Formats: sequence, C-alpha cells, structure tokens
Amino acid sequence: MTELPTSTTRKLGLVIDLDTCVGCHACVISCKGWNTENYGAPLSDQNPYGDEPMGTFLNRVHTYEVTPEDGPAQTVHFPKSCLHCENAPCVTVCPTGASYKRIEDGIVLVNEQDCIGCGLCAWACPYGAREMDQAEGVMKKCTLCVDRIYNENLSEEDREPACVRTCPAGARHFGDFADPDSNVSRLTKERNGIDLMPEMGTAPVNKYLPPRPRDASPLTPFLAPVADEPVGFLGWLDRQLDKLPGGSD
Amino acid sequence: MHPAPSVIVFTTFSGLGFGLLFWLGIDPSPPTGWVAFAFFAIAYALSVGGLLASTFHLGHPERAMKALTQWRTSWLSREGLCAIAALLVIGLFAALLIFFGIHAAPLGWLGALLSLGTVFTTSMIYTQLKTVPRWNTPLTPALFLSISLAGGALLSGRVTEAYSLLFIAGLFQIAWWRRGDTALRNSGTTLGTATGLGTTGTVRSFSPPHTSPNYLMKEMVFVVGRKHTDKLRLFALLLGFVVPPILLALPMPHLFGALAVLSHIAGIAISRWLFFAQSEHVVGLYYGAR
Ligand code: SF4
Ligand code: SF4
Ligand code: SF4
Repeated sequence: MTELPTSTTRKLGLVIDLDTCVGCHACVISCKGWNTENYGAPLSDQNPYGDEPMGTFLNRVHTYEVTPEDGPAQTVHFPKSCLHCENAPCVTVCPTGASYKRIEDGIVLVNEQDCIGCGLCAWACPYGAREMDQAEGVMKKCTLCVDRIYNENLSEEDREPACVRTCPAGARHFGDFADPDSNVSRLTKERNGIDLMPEMGTAPVNKYLPPRPRDASPLTPFLAPVADEPVGFLGWLDRQLDKLPGGSD
Repeated sequence: MHPAPSVIVFTTFSGLGFGLLFWLGIDPSPPTGWVAFAFFAIAYALSVGGLLASTFHLGHPERAMKALTQWRTSWLSREGLCAIAALLVIGLFAALLIFFGIHAAPLGWLGALLSLGTVFTTSMIYTQLKTVPRWNTPLTPALFLSISLAGGALLSGRVTEAYSLLFIAGLFQIAWWRRGDTALRNSGTTLGTATGLGTTGTVRSFSPPHTSPNYLMKEMVFVVGRKHTDKLRLFALLLGFVVPPILLALPMPHLFGALAVLSHIAGIAISRWLFFAQSEHVVGLYYGAR
C-alpha cells in the first residue's frame, strides 16, 4: 500500500557521524555482503573484473572537500543509504504497491514480488538511495537490515544493521528516534544532527552529525608563514631552474 | 535523466493518439463507416502503440497489471487506469459509429475527457517530482496538453484549430524551456543542502563512491548531447510548431497535410528527447554534476 502511515509506532533509523567516519567503505562491503546473502534478490554486479565495473549497492560512501571562508579545506567522508523518510516520495509514486513504509517501525521496504521495475521510485528519491538491480530488474534499497534487527537466530549484539555492526570508527548508530531517550535521539540533540535536503520536504528519519569545529590555535594569525617566495641565492637558483626545459613555466 | 527511446516514443505517440481521440470524441458530426474506421485505427495505433512501448523499459513487464492498483497515491497508476478507461469508452463509441452509424455523443464526450485525462496524468508523473526542478511546474501539464491537442487537431485535419493550438503550444514550449534553465538554481537545492555541509563552507565533490558510473549516474545524470541543446531546441521549435502551419497553407492538403504531421512528430520527438536528456535530477549534485 503506497499510502504513507500518518505516524509510525517506532521510528527506526541511523545516525551517521560525519566527524568520525574515516571513509574506509567497510559499511559498503558489509552491507553488500549481508544483503546479497539474505533478504530478496542478491545485489548483482555487472562486469565486476572489467574496466567499467558496475553493481548494485544499498549504501555508498562519497568524499567531499569543504572549504570554510577562513580556514583550511577539510575532507569529509559521507556515507549514504536510505534515510527511511517519514514523508517518503518514493512510496507514494509507486504504481504497484511494491514500495511501502511500515507502520510498526517506519522502515521503507520494497516487496520484490510486486515490483515491475519501472524505476519511478528511484526518480522520486532525492538522495539516490534506490538502485535498480540490473540482473533482477527489481528495485533494491536499504532494508535497515530488517532481517537482522529482529532476528532471534543472531546473538544479541548482532541484532543491528550490518553497516553499524561493522563500522570500525563507530560512525553509524542505530536506534529508535521516536524514543527521546534513545542513543540516536540523544546524539542528534547533543551534536545538532541535521536533515539532508530539508527543502525537499521528505522528513528523513536518518540524521547526520556535522563535523565538529576543528581546533585552531589563538596564536595562528600571528605566526609567520613558513612557506614563502625564496629570496637571495635560493631565489636565484629557483628562477634559473624554472627556466630549464621541464621547469615550471 | 536517461532519454530511453521507449519513453520518448511513448510520450510522443500516445500524446498524439489521445489528442486525436479527443477531437474524434467531441466531433458534432463524426465520420461513420470506413472513414471512421480509418481515423480510429490511426488513433488507437498511436495511443496503444505508445502505451506498449512504455512497458519496454520495465524490469518486469509481465507484472504490468499490478500497476493499476495504487491510484490513490500514484500518478503512474492513475495514468494506466485513465488510459484503459479512455480506450474502452472510445472503443464503444467508435464501434457504434463504424458498424451502426450511431452517434452516441455523450459517450464521445466522456471518452474525450478521459483522453485528455490520460495526457494530464502522464504529465503529472513528471510534474510531481520535486527531485527534477525543471519538471516540477504547472507548465509541464500545460505543455503536454497543448501539444497533444495541437497534434490531434493537425492529424484530424482541423486546420483552424491546429493553427491556434500550435501557436499556443509553441509559446508554452518556449516558456517551459526558459523557466527550466534556471529551475535547479532557483530550487535552492545545492551540494551544500544535499550534504548539510553548506553552512560550514564551500562543498566540492572530492571523490565519488566508486570508480565508474553506476545505475544512478547512468539513469539520472545524463549529460551527453547537452552541448547541442540550442540547436536541438531550434529544430524542435521549427519542425514541431512553425513548419506544420506553413505546410497547411499550401495547396494539395493531403500531401502537405501528411508532411505537416510528420514534421510535427519529429519536432515533438526532439522536444521530448530534450525533456529527458536535460532534466537535471538533484541526485547529480552528490556526484558533483548537474
Ligand atoms: S531516502 Fe529515498 S528511498 Fe529512502 S525513504 Fe527517503 S525518498 Fe525513499
Ligand atoms: S520500481 Fe518497483 S518499487 Fe519502484 S515504483 Fe516501480 S514498481 Fe514501485
Ligand atoms: S542498514 Fe543494512 S541495508 Fe541499510 S545500509 Fe546498513 S547494512 Fe545496508
């Protein structure tokens, strides 16, 4: 059913800490591993050992460079998987009812038996969180590891998403946002967690913790720059070397 | 957006077909017998052919009937239902005309309304997407509807209507392009809001998540041929809206009328190619592209 629930009992989702993520892509691999062996169609690869490998992933890590007005550029690794939006446009556009949002915990899922592979939901998602599996012709997306978090065959500590369990830096946290005292709610509050593209009106459940401000010495502005144009003999040498073929122009 | 040939064929031909069905439905003195048969056969070939083409890009066309179930929220579902209803109602209307010479006017009006409804719901599939600011405007249904009506008028030989509708559709086309060129910028969505890092500083994509293009980039971030935009727009405008009225003014209406229709179809197909190829989905921002 593609009508969105007006509210869900629980709001399960992730907090992703952009300050802590080291960009190792371990969550990408564990996600692919778990979701290829479990729920639904396996995540296929096309031409995996060729020169243009392509494959289905439910979680990908981008890397951005952020340059503040008055400081050095900073590298930010940016993991991205479905944000399990409260107002999920991917669900309402689906013509078959294959896409749905669960009332009990808010997880957005695709029923692959009903999916016709029209791709409209992937067009509707602003975040690129849905990928059409090229071998299976059905839409794949993050399941919030629904087959782990309630899985009584797993030991207690494994009943969390594979990406969260794997992250060596502790940059991904799983919990219930409907509970104001949960780990994820507290983290979001303490660290001013943010929504991605709030202007899209999707009301994402997953929150991102922005990088903490970098330390800066109060003395920095008074320090003499260490790198400068060379003067004297070194300067002369530098200019002569530049004139040689292959020197900087 | 990747301009899949199936979707271009679908929107171009079924738009034209349903436009023709509209005019046939409201005709106060419609053709009967063989002439009626010829007109309806053309209209059905275009509209049904277009609809069939649209199923070619599905991953599982055998489940296509399931797409009729979610009309409460899904424009794609509504389009499917509208199209089927239009074809059934007009089918009955046409059968009465062709075989019995009976003109069941109210049935024709209903069919005409449903035909326009089909074109409208098709356009809403694109219009509803906030993720493609270029499409997310009431101008999109205005453009689709006016093109469909103009094409239908042209195809059914309604010269006076065709003149004014082609003119109106051409104006909508120009307005749609003009608005579209700044739509993404005006939407306020940037890599800064996409990553939430915009408040910290200027954000730049430093390295993508993978070494070669994935589904998202191939499907949503289509950039091939954008440099030819201006030329293609000119062709679309000339072939679609300017050449047909000129041809209609010439003698030998059958020959030049047919050429006018062909020219119009070619122009609309180019316009639809641009519609998809230039669309600029916001997900491209994550990849440092537009
Ligand atoms: S992130 Fe995308 S796929 Fe996930 S719920 Fe939101 S809109 Fe849907
Ligand atoms: S691809 Fe599948 S899940 Fe997505 S909108 Fe189409 S039918 Fe629904
Ligand atoms: S919750 Fe599970 S499916 Fe979703 S990104 Fe993490 S590992 Fe992948």
